[in-house]
Amino acid sequence: MNEPAVKLERVSVRYRVPHERIPSLKEYAIRWVRRRLRYADFWALHDIDLEVGRGEVFGILGANGAGKSTLLKVVARVLRPTSGRVRVWGRVAPLLELGAGFDFELSGRENIFLNGTILGFTKADVASRLDRIVEFADLREFIDAPLRTYSSGMVARLGFAIATDVEPEVLIVDEILAVGDAGFQKKSAERIRAFRENGTTILLVTHDAAALKAMCSRVMWLKRGEVEAVGPVDEVLARYQA
Amino acid sequence: MSEAGSLQAATYDSAARRAPLVRELVEVVRYRDLLGLLISNITKSRYKRSALGVVWTLLNPLLNMAVLTFAFSHMFRFSLVHYPVYVLSGLILWNFFTQTTTYAMSTLVWGGGLLKRIYLPRSIFAVASIGNGLVNLLLSLIPLLAIILIVGHPVHLTWWFVPLAVLLLAMFSLGVALLMSALAVFFADVVEMYAVFVQVWFFLTPVMYPKEMLPARFVWYLNLNPVYNLLELFRVPIYNGTIPGPHTIIAAVASAVVSLLLGWWAFASKADELAYRV
Ligand SMILES: Nc1ncnc2c1ncn2[C@@H]1O[C@H](COP(=O)(O)OP(=O)(O)O)[C@@H](O)[C@H]1O
Ligand SMILES: [Mg+2]
Repeated sequence: MNEPAVKLERVSVRYRVPHERIPSLKEYAIRWVRRRLRYADFWALHDIDLEVGRGEVFGILGANGAGKSTLLKVVARVLRPTSGRVRVWGRVAPLLELGAGFDFELSGRENIFLNGTILGFTKADVASRLDRIVEFADLREFIDAPLRTYSSGMVARLGFAIATDVEPEVLIVDEILAVGDAGFQKKSAERIRAFRENGTTILLVTHDAAALKAMCSRVMWLKRGEVEAVGPVDEVLARYQA
Repeated sequence: MSEAGSLQAATYDSAARRAPLVRELVEVVRYRDLLGLLISNITKSRYKRSALGVVWTLLNPLLNMAVLTFAFSHMFRFSLVHYPVYVLSGLILWNFFTQTTTYAMSTLVWGGGLLKRIYLPRSIFAVASIGNGLVNLLLSLIPLLAIILIVGHPVHLTWWFVPLAVLLLAMFSLGVALLMSALAVFFADVVEMYAVFVQVWFFLTPVMYPKEMLPARFVWYLNLNPVYNLLELFRVPIYNGTIPGPHTIIAAVASAVVSLLLGWWAFASKADELAYRV
């Protein structure tokens, strides 16, 4: 395998949910003194080891609640793992939830700047790419209207266009391939394919077996936070669907 | 498996220990354009909500000043000439402190939803509320200058000292903002408790009355009130036309640095949990 783009070593993630909701500092202090703080610990990921090579398209499969989104969040730097180590080489474009930070009172144009800077770009960067983004999202007539007047498909198109305008080194996709209408789906799939051909590393979560087969070299099957299987796409899919 | 890639430093390494203050500030600088947008959006939305818009920011301290002047200037007639200048400069400083710290708590509670979905420097909301406070402070210097001219208070050359006082004030407030906003994410009642606490603090600080009014044995305790030192640092050059004494300067610098370090430490040790919460 060539150089890694993403590497996870014994990564575990624990969500800690208090048994009872403790809404106040006063309450907390009282219970702490009495040593009566109880948590339900939930390990969403257990000791995950994973190495994805540069330029590889890697799929992740699993039932709802298996920990797929948690795994992607750990790679996207949103969550720091409770234990273990995550390393990423290169700029990450997270397609986790499109349009993070969109403000529905602001116009499409203002939201491009807001979302673009949230993704870590400078204003000048965004300004120079504004036309391309609007073009790709196909929202030219609506770009100065407030976002609340958009349909959900239009919002998703805008989010996708902003997040993928610059080719990233690592692309993280969480079940968002079905964005917008059929025409836009084709366009977005083409863009992702172009990234892949140019050597972008892709981590892909999807329930679409055909997409996995078409795109991925390897697939991991997650089951209750543990690796059930990992390997060539056909093998793992066959076991998963059995 | 090949280890070749490890020769090159990773762009992100979760095991690299938590950002020290400087590293986080570098991150905030990297996101400076987002910071600018957050500040202007806070400012805009605040002005949008009130029909009077920007006028309100200018008017609000003036109205407070008018009420306080009406109520107290008679009482402090002998000790404080040009009472409106005294009280308005005090209020400007006090408002900065309470507004920025309170606002930091509510924006983090709002922005926390965002931290769950995407990586951002966690302290950006606290820094944005300080930035917003600086904009407001700058604006409220306009009514202050107007009042100074109206009552005929001399404009002293010592105004050059004011930016330094504001810098220390901003550092101190950022420390408190970080500490309080980390707490506010975990406990809903912190916001209310803080509001009460700040109210009491206000009356213990000579913002609207001269410090000579306090019983003599309490005056010494003022040295322990960090906001008092910052207040002096800001108001003395404007009102008295002198540079504050070295004791005040040292105390103000110390409070600013200690607050920032403490707030930073509290925030950083909870920063990773923020995305798990909210
Ligand atoms: N913030 C959270 N607090 C507590 N539990 C969570 C949180 N987020 C996810 N979980 C739990 O962790 C498990 C894995 O979630 P997720 O990674 O979203 O799964 P998937 O994407 O595979 O459906 C689920 O059981 C979910 O209920
Ligand atoms: Mg999911």
